[in-house]
Amino acid sequence: MSVLVYTESEGGSFKKVALELTSYAKGVANATGGDVTAVSINGGNAADLGKYGADKVMEINDATLETFNAKNYAAALAQVAKAAGAKTVIVSSSANSKYLAPLLAVELGAAYAPNVVALPESTSPMKVKSTVYTNKAFAINELKTDVTVIGLAKNAYGLQENAGAAAASAFAVDLAGDNGVAVTSVDKATDKVTIADAEVVVSGGRGLKGPENWHLVEELAETLGAATACSKPVSDMGWRPHSEHVGQTGKPVASNLYIAIGISGAIQHLAGINSSKVKVVINTDPEAPFFKAADYGIVGDAFDVVPRLTEKLKQFKANNA
Amino acid sequence: MKILVCISHVPDTTSKINFTDNDTKFDTNGVQFVINPNDEFGLTRAMWFKEKQGATVHVANVGDASSEPTLRKALAIGADEAIRVDAPATDGYFVAKQLTKVAQDGGYDLIIAGRESIDYNGGMVPGMMAAMLGANFVNTCINLEIDGSDATAVREIDGGKESVKTSLPLVIGGQKGLVEESDLRIPNMRGIMMARKKPLHVVPADAAEAHAATTSFEKPAPKGAVTMVDPENLDQLIDLLHNEAKVI
Repeated sequence: MSVLVYTESEGGSFKKVALELTSYAKGVANATGGDVTAVSINGGNAADLGKYGADKVMEINDATLETFNAKNYAAALAQVAKAAGAKTVIVSSSANSKYLAPLLAVELGAAYAPNVVALPESTSPMKVKSTVYTNKAFAINELKTDVTVIGLAKNAYGLQENAGAAAASAFAVDLAGDNGVAVTSVDKATDKVTIADAEVVVSGGRGLKGPENWHLVEELAETLGAATACSKPVSDMGWRPHSEHVGQTGKPVASNLYIAIGISGAIQHLAGINSSKVKVVINTDPEAPFFKAADYGIVGDAFDVVPRLTEKLKQFKANNA
Repeated sequence: MKILVCISHVPDTTSKINFTDNDTKFDTNGVQFVINPNDEFGLTRAMWFKEKQGATVHVANVGDASSEPTLRKALAIGADEAIRVDAPATDGYFVAKQLTKVAQDGGYDLIIAGRESIDYNGGMVPGMMAAMLGANFVNTCINLEIDGSDATAVREIDGGKESVKTSLPLVIGGQKGLVEESDLRIPNMRGIMMARKKPLHVVPADAAEAHAATTSFEKPAPKGAVTMVDPENLDQLIDLLHNEAKVI
């Protein structure tokens, strides 16, 4: 009755989401009985996972898995899951995990429940709560298969320390050479926080009047170690790249803090940022619908408020460093 | 080249989400249904392949008769034929299984589905189809070119993008970027008239058991009132974020 968790790493160390997922897997294992087995692919130090509840760590070190390939990664995880006799496999909501999870589910004959926001409501039968309608609602889904794959929603569980032995052992996988999809180039800013990983996101809308004013958003974001984002009209007008568009048809944001500047708060935008925990809205229009969805609001001109806020936050950071 | 575009029939993005029957069913009252936006980007890209490379484009949906207007809209945009698998779309696995059968029966080279539907957000249909078909698969695809049986694509990754080389048969999980928002087409009168005469095949469902069933829905708890901060007193905001919300 093992719970398997895929712990993602980057540059040889585990991502924060790997620790969150291990914490969650421990919670699931407490309910189902059995232990937590983490799968690390060319990953970090197994002991790091032990702190959050991993009993065993299966370490896969394979040159074929040097770069991410959904088919190969899914095959590797399926091999470990079968070897460990896992009944539940936990994956994250990263772009890579969402890519491989359906392949893994088919390979294991498992139901796949994505966007799960809490520990299972029951484990026999397995019932989980997921976001649906792009964060406008939740669904309780009963999973009918013997083996299940659970995708934890971003920032939904948090880190919880647990004692785990984290007994590491090597696991050899058997992969087909040709996987059908070959990466030819990667274009990724390594010095910037991504929307997916960010704990704070600073987002700008049409109220900023033009791309030339985006330094206001960027400076505030830099002060907070935040990712930058934008509303749909801003990406449609080409002021900012599509990859920064958050909302129903863009990226979902589940940060701890979301600061919206000059965004009115259309229903589609609110859907995309609903899972963020604390929302601050800065807008000149006191009637902007976003204020109804905000925790803290400032009615004011971004060009006046944002530079002063950035300065004050710099001082705050300096004083609290 | 034969292209199958999988179309999900979903509530318009502006819809208010409510439930009926003791929170077990989506309340369709007053809700406008549309082509799932992620699918529409794929459909529009398929139109480009049709016009520039002579591709044949079919669209498919799993659902009851209420999804036919959505399929007709896809035909009015320019798809050649539509297929409706006559069964409720119970879960992602069931839908993937049905669409896989459609894909096998039709012998398609390229299958384009949205990266996720905006109602269930499962994001599993394209990947499961690829696995069931043994086809190549590119998810969160923002650019696609086909040359003979070779394909090049760009995939959005967390914090950037990557270019890939692959080949047909291929399944795409598409989204905005496959075409731009401004490339999307509103059916014209001629398209709508022609769509009425185009074939819309209704086929029975293949035997398959759903893997999951929704037992109930919930709406998020109502949010507390917003705390307004005077723009001249930004220290208060910092204090609230630090001491009350504890996020900085």
